Amino acid sequence: MTGVLPVTLEESRKIVQALLHSGKEYVCVMKLHRDEKEESVKKVLAEFEDIIYQRPPLRASVKRQLRTRKIYYIDFLEMDGRNVLFKIGCEGGTYIRKLCYDIGEVLGCGAHMQELRRTRAGPFVEGEGIVTLHDMAYWFMEWQQQRDEKILRQFIKPMENALALVPKIYIRDSAVDAVCHGANLTAPGVLSLETEINNGSMVAVFTLKGEAVALAKATASTEEVLRMGHGIVAETKRVLMPRGTYPKCWKNGEI
Amino acid sequence: MPRSVAPWEIERKLLVKAEDKTNLHYGRKPEERPADDYIRHGVINLDKPAGPTSHEVAAWVKRILKLGNVGHGGTLEA
Repeated sequence: MTGVLPVTLEESRKIVQALLHSGKEYVCVMKLHRDEKEESVKKVLAEFEDIIYQRPPLRASVKRQLRTRKIYYIDFLEMDGRNVLFKIGCEGGTYIRKLCYDIGEVLGCGAHMQELRRTRAGPFVEGEGIVTLHDMAYWFMEWQQQRDEKILRQFIKPMENALALVPKIYIRDSAVDAVCHGANLTAPGVLSLETEINNGSMVAVFTLKGEAVALAKATASTEEVLRMGHGIVAETKRVLMPRGTYPKCWKNGEI
Repeated sequence: MPRSVAPWEIERKLLVKAEDKTNLHYGRKPEERPADDYIRHGVINLDKPAGPTSHEVAAWVKRILKLGNVGHGGTLEA
């Protein structure tokens, strides 16, 4: 399989949870085991544009329990003989190979996944700054020789980019170090936040400079946070910024 | 059943609760991190080739960039 694989360098490994929850998109060639009418194939594909059941395969390194996965969309692209080309947007952890098998079962003719290419992993897509291993090795060598930081930015993006699909809460400088120590985020620390945040949503806590401070779990919705004068708005789950980057303001109450 | 919205299809607005400034004496905009720091807090949007596993590809990145540890965001089969 080929396609979008976000590689997290050193400290950036901490944001992997956010990526796993941000969804994936693939282009897939499914091979039918008998000839089928295009109309039948389109109809069955549409049926799978729903929440489905899946049990991870033997080779997967996860617990093999039955679980649900959301299929956001399946777009039939074209059909050539028994080969069906389609694009699919789905939750992370969806096994496309098993999906093709199940589509074949529903169609009645049987089918298997012939080829798969990932076109999106969370905010990372093909075409927008995607690099091959060759590109990466080349640019790295160029950077080592020229020491021009613009070269680095060609193939490496700040880890904050990986959080583009996670709703953000921007906080005051004075609230940063407390969160870096694992403290929960309270209402007075909030400056602004994105819409569509609900109780339980994963959120990314950011400084006004655009630095990621922590991944947190919201305990209030956007509307509630806007109204609250005090109280916890999010539980800090994964600290991303080193302590001491911003000054301690929470012991003495001074800024 | 109406189709679910993919995370990248969600449109969000930024709503302001309070105003404040940020002090330029500490912290740094991500794009302005010095080289070593920039790399250690970086992500690569890599086009995985067919053949090696995702873990093998990540190991190659680690070796080429001479880093201590790398991870990846979602296994793609070999």
